[in-house]
Amino acid sequence: MLSSLRTGVQGLWRISSRSIQTTASRQHDSLFVHRDTPEDNPSIPFEFSQANQKRVEALLAIYPEGHKRGAMIPLLDLAQRQSGGWLPISAMHKVAEILNLPKMRVYEVATFYTMFIRRPIGKYHVQVCTTTPCWLRGSDAILNAIKQETNCEVGGNSPCGKFSVSEVECLGACVNAPMIQVNDDYYEDLSVEDTKEIISKLKKDEKPKPGPRSGRFASEPLGGLTSLTEEPTGPGFGVQDALKA
Amino acid sequence: MAGALTRVIQGTKPHLGIIGPLAINVNNVPVRFQQTQAPSKDKYGPLADSDRVFTNLYGRHEWRLKGALARGDWYLTKEILLKGTDWIVNEMKTSGLRGRGGAGFPTGMKWSFMNKPSDGRPKYLVVNADEGEPGTCKDREIMRHDPHKLVEGCLIAGRAMGAQAAYIYIRGEFYNEASNLQVAIAEAYQAGLIGKNSCGSGYDFDIFVHRGAGAYICGEETALIESIEGKQGKPRLKPPFPADVGLFGCPTTVNNVETIAVAPTICRRGGKWFASFGRQRNSGTKLFNISGHVNTPCTVEEEMSIPLKELIERHAGGVTGGWDNLLAIIPGGSSTPLIPKNVCETVLMDFDGLVAAQTSLGTAAIIVMDKSTDIVKAIARLIMFYKHESCGQCTPCREGVSWMNKIIYRFVDGNASPKEIDMLWEISKQIEGHTICALGDGAAWPVQGLIRHFRPELERRMQEYSAAHGPSKAERLY
Repeated sequence: MLSSLRTGVQGLWRISSRSIQTTASRQHDSLFVHRDTPEDNPSIPFEFSQANQKRVEALLAIYPEGHKRGAMIPLLDLAQRQSGGWLPISAMHKVAEILNLPKMRVYEVATFYTMFIRRPIGKYHVQVCTTTPCWLRGSDAILNAIKQETNCEVGGNSPCGKFSVSEVECLGACVNAPMIQVNDDYYEDLSVEDTKEIISKLKKDEKPKPGPRSGRFASEPLGGLTSLTEEPTGPGFGVQDALKA
Repeated sequence: MAGALTRVIQGTKPHLGIIGPLAINVNNVPVRFQQTQAPSKDKYGPLADSDRVFTNLYGRHEWRLKGALARGDWYLTKEILLKGTDWIVNEMKTSGLRGRGGAGFPTGMKWSFMNKPSDGRPKYLVVNADEGEPGTCKDREIMRHDPHKLVEGCLIAGRAMGAQAAYIYIRGEFYNEASNLQVAIAEAYQAGLIGKNSCGSGYDFDIFVHRGAGAYICGEETALIESIEGKQGKPRLKPPFPADVGLFGCPTTVNNVETIAVAPTICRRGGKWFASFGRQRNSGTKLFNISGHVNTPCTVEEEMSIPLKELIERHAGGVTGGWDNLLAIIPGGSSTPLIPKNVCETVLMDFDGLVAAQTSLGTAAIIVMDKSTDIVKAIARLIMFYKHESCGQCTPCREGVSWMNKIIYRFVDGNASPKEIDMLWEISKQIEGHTICALGDGAAWPVQGLIRHFRPELERRMQEYSAAHGPSKAERLY
């Protein structure tokens, strides 16, 4: 009987210990909801510039009549570029107005895609790839170097306001790992020294040379080609008989 | 995700009996082999330079129209277009080309689905350039160094399926690649190669570039279509398949960049030429990305069915610290299960060879890990990737991948109970096949590969942890 009592108590303890609830940790890097701030609120006006208005028309033209909504992502991207790398809520409203859609349709797209940044960020958005292929080649050291050099935490802005650092998922340059993306350019085959040099150049507003840092041009093996050593063949090489007639 | 996650049929799902997950016989996955004829040759690779499709893979030559013409692109394109739909589709069928985005669906057959009697709706070709599968970076090289191959491929594929326009969906991060591609398209328009009366063949065809905005899930074909339509990239339930109701409600075919870009060369040199490479049902040449712990990581075009070991030693300078320092390899991008060293010794890099090794060719992105790797953390990082990229539409994927992520990060330290290994296995089996798209499968497979081949390592970590810190909380609770 004692033993059954013990089992019961244990069971109780087990149930109670399982039912302790803690606050769920934040599941996403950025907040899904909008909070009005002095820099970002709906009363700040937003208009596309003259040059961008032409781009808006060109973008709208590539989608068929009745499906102009397709231009949503390109338009949001254009608005983000015009506003200095981030997407204010008034720009979203402008896009909704152009596409003649409820605002909600634009909000849901702007929150779904990670390239739309809904908070003010620095002039240089440094994105460090830390997915497995880059991690294997030492992306942790690169990330630490960037945090140190810019004095900026992941997901935040640097105190000087010039840099924002993000940890991102695979950027699709895995054979050139480890790599970072600063605004639109890829910097590949990095060592910690290269990274420091890139950041120090950016601090002086100079543009570092994009591309691989190890001395290779693109994705060929370093230290001598193993394929494509011959000149490419010209037109008509190996054409099948059926086409020759 | 570049289509890599389209489901590969790996056999019937083992039914969990009352004994639970322990009853799964992991070594007995049925493999579909349909080889009826004896293989015509027994040595695969290395490929001769004159047999390579992507002659400017490394960007050593001019990528613009002038350079492309000098390398033989746009040669006899008019004649190919005039041969007509059936001839082109037939060449593709003869070539045995299977989709290069991961699932390996026969391209000729896919294109032939579009040739139903027209009901008046326009047809579209969509090119999937949303390359985001960790380890994969082949399409990027095509788009920045050989964009005319892709543009010409769009035209030929468009003709084969009677499409009126192609949309190339390129991932947003590839800004410079998108800009090269846009220049190539503009050049082709100016030269009269595409647009009204393309190449003088009397066929009108337009090509548009659509830049994405950073969502891996948009590599799934229906999510990609949703994304072009300006919505959230959430996959649609199939059927109806895109060939019936696709982009803007019209019949659509979605193909990977590499699949489209090899099509002109196949038409020019003949399907038979392409079929002469690789084993039966796995024919052709393929771009391989070799990343991770190798001496010279690189992208290279090779013959299909080349042995994995030879591929790494010949082109990537071998594993760091020598072949004996190898721990495991992920052979086809992050969503394919890893294979340990003893399997790597002999496995052939093609669809059937890797299915027989309980993994998959995927996008042929080889991630090499040497003995210094914390293998559990490497896989855990991939699960974090999938957790981040899950669109949140289906519960098994949204919740299950988060659970897997929590559990596997405890496994990294060993702060777990050995019973949880089976629990993790079961979660992965509950996700696999229970979601709309294959992202759930792609998240489950790496975990299954880890448990299948590195269970002793997981148990060792747990023992070490309990020796140092006392029994873990999980052990006390379960």
